[in-house]
Amino acid sequence: MTEQSFDLIVIGGGPGGYVAAIRAAQLGLKTAVIERELLGGICLNWGCIPTKALLRSSEAYHIMTHASAYGLKADNVSFDIAKIVERSRKVAKQLNGGVTMLLKKNKVTVIEGHARLATAGKVTVDKKDGKKETVAAKNIILATGARARELPHLKADGKLIWTYRHAMTPDMMPKSILVVGSGAIGIEFASFYRDLGAEVTVVEMLDRVLPVEDEEISAFAQKAFVKQGMKILTSANVKELKPGKADVTAVVETKDGKTQEIKVERVILAIGITGNVEDLGLEAAGVKVEKGHVVTNQWGETNVKGVWAIGDLTGAPWLAHKASHEGVIAVEKIAGVKDVHPLDKGNIPGCTYCRPQVASVGMTEAKAKAAGREIKVGRFPFIGNGKAIALGEPEGFIKTVFDAKTGELLGAHMIGAEVTELIHSYTLARTLETTEAELMHTVFPHPTLSEMLHESVLDAYGRALHI
Amino acid sequence: MSIEIRMPALSPTMEKGTLAKWLIKEGDTIAAGDVIAEIETDKATMEVEAADEGKVGKLAVAAGTADVPVGTVIAVLLEEGEAGVASPSTAPSLPRKRESSAEEKVDSRLRGNDEQKKSAPILPSAPTPQPTVPAAHDDARIFASPLARRIAKQSGIDLNTLEGSGPGGRVVKRDLEGKAPLARPQVAATAATAVAPATVYGPADAPHEEVKLSTMRKVIAERLSESKRTVPHFYMTVDVQMDHLLAARKDINEAEGLKLSVNDFIIKALAIALKRAPEANVQFAGDKLYRYSRADVSVAVAIDGGLITPIIRGADTKGLIEISNEMRALAEKARAGKLMPEDYKGGTISLSNLGMYGIKDFEAVINPPQAAILAVGAAEQRAVIKDGQIAPATVMSATLSVDHRAIDGAIGAKLLTAFKALIENPARLAL
Repeated sequence: MTEQSFDLIVIGGGPGGYVAAIRAAQLGLKTAVIERELLGGICLNWGCIPTKALLRSSEAYHIMTHASAYGLKADNVSFDIAKIVERSRKVAKQLNGGVTMLLKKNKVTVIEGHARLATAGKVTVDKKDGKKETVAAKNIILATGARARELPHLKADGKLIWTYRHAMTPDMMPKSILVVGSGAIGIEFASFYRDLGAEVTVVEMLDRVLPVEDEEISAFAQKAFVKQGMKILTSANVKELKPGKADVTAVVETKDGKTQEIKVERVILAIGITGNVEDLGLEAAGVKVEKGHVVTNQWGETNVKGVWAIGDLTGAPWLAHKASHEGVIAVEKIAGVKDVHPLDKGNIPGCTYCRPQVASVGMTEAKAKAAGREIKVGRFPFIGNGKAIALGEPEGFIKTVFDAKTGELLGAHMIGAEVTELIHSYTLARTLETTEAELMHTVFPHPTLSEMLHESVLDAYGRALHI
Repeated sequence: MSIEIRMPALSPTMEKGTLAKWLIKEGDTIAAGDVIAEIETDKATMEVEAADEGKVGKLAVAAGTADVPVGTVIAVLLEEGEAGVASPSTAPSLPRKRESSAEEKVDSRLRGNDEQKKSAPILPSAPTPQPTVPAAHDDARIFASPLARRIAKQSGIDLNTLEGSGPGGRVVKRDLEGKAPLARPQVAATAATAVAPATVYGPADAPHEEVKLSTMRKVIAERLSESKRTVPHFYMTVDVQMDHLLAARKDINEAEGLKLSVNDFIIKALAIALKRAPEANVQFAGDKLYRYSRADVSVAVAIDGGLITPIIRGADTKGLIEISNEMRALAEKARAGKLMPEDYKGGTISLSNLGMYGIKDFEAVINPPQAAILAVGAAEQRAVIKDGQIAPATVMSATLSVDHRAIDGAIGAKLLTAFKALIENPARLAL
């Protein structure tokens, strides 16, 4: 059989890989994507998208159970977890079909199977149909993503102890859940199950929930979660998980050094993720791997010529939009596009879709101070915003951090309804390098939540109007 | 019915021009013959007159717009009773009786150009021989992020000096990182801070010694580098027959027992010539010119380690004896290093004479902020054509270096012609 040859082979069809492939096709490169499972990757099939579908259901349920607050009557409100999951899977399937179509439209060859780097410029594929194939390309982008991390004493069994993957396709509605880890994934599931009525306990090793966020955001979120009925144990460690017949007993060491046992129906492990570096032929090809992630330069090049890596495989932040962007940068570099700039990680926004939502970009106040910046901080509460009150969402605030000397927007942090849809304005502001002056001069529409973006900037300079 | 005013062709070859200045504004009522704008071509600045009356509805091209193609609608006139501002369009307008008759009238005055029919033609008035204002490149838009602008301003960094690395060459924050602010421009450079040449080379591979620059050397290096770097020099040379002047000088010196030098005559002739071509007695100063009413001649005097230019002030009004005595005193003081600042500061033109060294002709570097310097060579016997015959004559070449920002060729020529006439007819120096 003649060996197929391409300008570019992308291993992995997730948001990093398929976007890279489309960009490559746009630039005239003959491109192939090799995917061992489903196009769209974790994000689309087992991550971002299906969880958003789940959270939409729990949000609607929450509103229905609080219908009277809006002057509505909704008696005997209930849900069917199977149907909620079914909807979530349908959403994922629809988008998976969309990606298939996009790649076809862009004339990207899709090879289904497990790929491994062979020699330089060659990839062997164990195809789904059982055949083996070798394909060649001058440039190869590794975009195999990452998966949930496990620890020796914290391993998922898929029945009582879940990873995110099991948690988004539950076969029953647990009455009680222990969530280990309070990063974005852990908190989203905690929020989902709590809103559906489960008893939720979150155990976080660090001293606050959502530890990558600004401290004020973490504090506000924790208060909100506790008010919703969650139990939150910070500075706490799960020492052991003892599975029973239909429940699990967790041994948790708490802040004060004491040990307590918590009995729950299910445990969700959300203790970080690790790159899919195994069985890829990396060792044979000599690609450098550190702490479970492939090492690259700012363009995504690994230490092996012609081998590139993007997305979760290369490390934090583990975000789909970061992967997509890195894919575009690597491809443009490969195609010799001029004016390609490395990704500024300070301009990657992060969103968590718990209730209330959390979104941020740039430096936290503490990081700005640690960097020696003299800063101005602005805050504006949802309670001061007309639209927020009309929506019945008066909880939350928007915080901005400016460099006192230059007016650079160093960071923005928000918590509250729909903030994940607001953060892009500040991201744009950072990318365009606006100062407080341009933000102050911008007209924000009334009545919208976005007015708070304006007010927070004004507040940083002592000029907030509605507080 | 509105009337479109289009960019006129002010010369047969003109394809585009700069709309330098509007002399009308929107809402003005103008009459035919009113000067409405100044337009610059590569050759001249010309005024443009309106060919029709009306109210100015819209100025379609902003003042200062460069390279406006001939035929572009630059303004729209509204006729009486018309209220709205019709936007200039290329759609054919329905010709109306009155309009076409007006056009015919104008066309007969101007030119029978079919393409001009739909627009109100405008008459170029006589070209005014004024210098074309150079395009202000400093005002060109700089692409820079707001943050980059602010940091640049705060740290005194000139954005013009940076290469932008952002999209489309935009200057962004990272381009400013690690950039040292530029030294503030020196308003009055002192001798101690003479501008170093752009590149300083090490010595050649030959035996040498290092000689430290004297203060004077530093000033000369700095001032003349600046002059050659920033002043657009041009040069014009005339040959001047000296026989009459030499005869007159000999006569005066013998009869009166004086020691007038040829240079004394040249100083006086240059000063009078400057009074006869007063447009050349100027100095360029950025956005303005200084025009002097007195002819102060700076005369280059070679001294140990350099040269200096003491001044004969109002030399046109001084007698030759006075000039001669003053010059001798100044030269002595110069060589003794005893010149006072008032002896050499100022001057409206310079004179450099290397005739005594047998130099035939040379071009001198303008002594800023002056706008001209005359370089004269030796008076020597040359074969000239007189009445169709080759004949010997004593001839001196004089080369004027001119700052083109302040003085154009015709004015420089006027100065040199006057100078030549005075030298060749020395009796006129007595006037």
